[in-house]
Amino acid sequence: MAAYPRKTEATGLLGWFDERFPIVETWKAHMSEYYAPKNFNAWYYFGVLAMLVLVIQIVSGIFLTMHYKPDANLAFASVEYIMRDVPGGWFIRYMHSTGASAFFIVVYLHMFRGLMYGSYKGKRELVWLIGMVIYLALMAEAFMGYLLPWGQMSFWGAQVIINLFNTIPVIGDSLSLWIRGDFVISDPTLNRLFAFHVAAVPMILVALVFVHIVALHTVGSNNPDGIEIKKLKNEKGIPLDGVPFHPYYTVHDIPAIAVFFMAFFAILFFLPEMGGYFLEHANFEPANPLKTPEHIAPVWYFTPFYTILRSVTLSPFMGTLAMFGAIIMLFLLPWLDRNPIKSWRYRNTAHMLNVAIFAAVFIILGYLGVKPVTSELKELGVRMTEIYFLFFVVIYAHSNSHKPGRYLVWFLALAGAIFLIDWYRYNPEDIETAKQIKWQWIWPIGYLAVTLLLPFLVRPCNAEKAVPERVTS
Amino acid sequence: MSNSIRKWVFVLIVPLLVLLILNIVGGSSGHKVPLQQVSVDLDDKASLQRGAKYYMNYCFGCHSLNFSRYNRVAKDIGLTSENGFSDDDVTKLIKENLIFTTDEEGKPVKTGTLMKTAYSPKAAAEAFGTSVPDLSLVGRSRGPEWIYSYLKGFYLDPSRPMGVNNIVFPEVGMPDVLINLRGHQVLEHEAGNAEEGEHHGAPKLKLVKPGKLSPPEFDRVVKDLTAFLTYVSEPAQLSRKTYGIFVLLFLILFFFVALALEKEYWKDIH
Repeated sequence: MAAYPRKTEATGLLGWFDERFPIVETWKAHMSEYYAPKNFNAWYYFGVLAMLVLVIQIVSGIFLTMHYKPDANLAFASVEYIMRDVPGGWFIRYMHSTGASAFFIVVYLHMFRGLMYGSYKGKRELVWLIGMVIYLALMAEAFMGYLLPWGQMSFWGAQVIINLFNTIPVIGDSLSLWIRGDFVISDPTLNRLFAFHVAAVPMILVALVFVHIVALHTVGSNNPDGIEIKKLKNEKGIPLDGVPFHPYYTVHDIPAIAVFFMAFFAILFFLPEMGGYFLEHANFEPANPLKTPEHIAPVWYFTPFYTILRSVTLSPFMGTLAMFGAIIMLFLLPWLDRNPIKSWRYRNTAHMLNVAIFAAVFIILGYLGVKPVTSELKELGVRMTEIYFLFFVVIYAHSNSHKPGRYLVWFLALAGAIFLIDWYRYNPEDIETAKQIKWQWIWPIGYLAVTLLLPFLVRPCNAEKAVPERVTS
Repeated sequence: MSNSIRKWVFVLIVPLLVLLILNIVGGSSGHKVPLQQVSVDLDDKASLQRGAKYYMNYCFGCHSLNFSRYNRVAKDIGLTSENGFSDDDVTKLIKENLIFTTDEEGKPVKTGTLMKTAYSPKAAAEAFGTSVPDLSLVGRSRGPEWIYSYLKGFYLDPSRPMGVNNIVFPEVGMPDVLINLRGHQVLEHEAGNAEEGEHHGAPKLKLVKPGKLSPPEFDRVVKDLTAFLTYVSEPAQLSRKTYGIFVLLFLILFFFVALALEKEYWKDIH
C-alpha cells in the first residue's frame, strides 16, 4: 500500500488529484506505459470497436428509455412515436438497432481473431473465459432488447427462446412460468425483460469489459505471430517488440474507427432494415398472441445456434442441450487446443483448413437459421452441426503434430461415430430424409478427410514452421 | 508459398466454401406468386398527394393510420410555405380534403391529431369476419411490391363472401374497393408442365370487363397509393439519406486526417 501522504511527481491540479487517487499510475499502467506488440494487424481493431459499440448502445439506449413505454398496450406505439414524433428519434432508434447487429459483427470477428492467433494461450485462458461470459451476457441483452418493440417477431422469437426452458425435464414448465411471470408472454414478461435490459445486464456487461481488460493487461496482448514480446526486453525493461499503447495504438485506432463509422452510418442512413436482417419485416406488425407468423426466424446473430437447435431432433431437450453445448464448447477452447504454437501462421496446413472450415460452417449454420426448412437444408443443418462439434475434437487431435499416426486413429473413430449416428437416423420409410442422408454424409466425412487424413497421408500438410524470435513486420 | 499469400488463401477459403456448399445442396421452397416490381419515387410530391387523396377516399373508411398526424402528412407531401401555401391555407386544405371524422364531442378533429378512424374493431369483425388492420406500417411489414401487387391482384370468385379473391393474399376478407376503377378480372392458369405432374402452370389475371380507368391509368392510381403508404410507413426516409451523404463526406475527410496523424506517429517504428 502507498504510504500517506502519497508521493507524486505531478504538480498543480493533477498533483492534487494524484495525491488522492492513483491517476498517473493508472494512466501509465494501462495507456502510456502499457506495451503492446507493434505488429497488430487489422484483426486487432475489433476489440476497440466492440467498446465503441458498447458506448453507442448505452448512450442511444438512455435516450430511447426516455421515450419508450414498457407496457404491452403502449410499447409498439411508443416505438413508432419515437420514429415519428420525437425530434431525431428515428436516428436514436436506428443507432440502437444498427448498433445491436454491429456489436455481434465485431464480436464474432474479435472471437475469430482469437481463434486464428491462439489468443487464449499462454496464461490468457481467463481473458478468453471472461470474453465468453461477455458474449453470453451480450446474447441475453440482445434477446431481451428484441422483445421491447413488441412486434410479431419480438413476441414469437421470445416464445421460442423461453419455451427452451420448457424442455428441461421435471422443472421445465414451472421454470418457464416463473421466467414469464404469466402463462403466456405478456405485460409482466415485457416489464421484467425491460428491467434486465436497461439496468441489470448493462451493468454486468460494463463490469465484465473492465475485468476483461484488466486480465488482458496483466498477461499482455497476443499478436499475429503469437510471440510473447515480454521475453525480449531492452536494458530499461521495455519489450523490444512493444510500443506504448498511447499514443501509438490510440492514433492507430482512429482511422479504423472512421472506416467502421462509414459502414455503420451507411447502413443507418441508407439501409436501416438491412434487407430485413437488422430489423425484420414482420416486426413492423404489433405482437399478436393469436396469430403465429408462418415463418419465425430469430435475428441473424442467433441463427447459427438456432439451426443447431433445430437439427438435433432426438428430443426437444437434447436440442436445447446441443444448442447450449455449442456455446460451452467455445469456453473449453483453451484446454482443447493444447498445441504450444499460438498463431495459425506457424501451425500445419491441416489446422489452418480446420479453422477456415469452422468459420464457413458457422456462416452456413447462420444462413440456414433464417431460411424455411426444406429436406435438403434440414439435412445440411444436421451435417453442419456435426462438423461444428467435430471441430473441437479435431483441434484437440491437432495438439500434437509429431505423431501423425494418431490422426488415422482419430479419423476412423470419428468417421465411425458419424456413420453410427446415420445408421440410427436412417429410416427407409422416410424417403426424403433417407435420400438426403445418403449423399450429404460427404460433408462431415470430407471435413475429417481434409483435417485428419490429409496431414497423415501428405506429410508437408502436417509440417509446422519455426516460430521466429522477433515479430514479423 | 510465402506466409503472406498463404494466410490470404485461408481467409478466402471461407466465403468460397460457403458458396460452394450452399450451391451444391440448393433446395428451394415451393413456388410463390411473384410480386410485381414497382419503383416508388418519394420526391414526386404530386404522386404522394394523389396517393393521399385516394387513400382518404377509398381506404380510410376502414383502415386507420394510427401513428400519423394530419398536419405532418400535409407537410411531408408538399403542402408547405416553400410551395406557396400559408399555414392557414394548409389548415383549410387539410380540413376540407383529408378530415372526415369528428372527436368524442362531435367536433371535427384538429389537424395535429393522429389519423384514427371511427370504425370499431367489433363492427369490422361483424362485417368481414376479421379485424381491419391499421396500415401505418404496411409499407415496411409487407413492402411496396406487395402493396402494388395486392391492389392489382383482385379477381372475381363467387365462392368468397365478398365475391372476390386475391392472387397474392388468398382468401382475403377485404372487398375489392377499387373494382369500379379497375374493372372485373378473372383468374386463369398457364398451361402446366405435364412432365412434372403439374395440373396447371403459373396463375395469371385477365381483365374481362373494363372499369372507369384504362389499365395504365389504373396502374398509376395503385402506384400513387403504394407511394403514399411507403411514405407513411417511415416519414424519416424523406430526409435521412440527405443526412447520410453529409455524414459520409465528413467521415471520408476525417479518415484522411486521422490517417495522416497515425503515419506521423508511426514513422519511427519499424
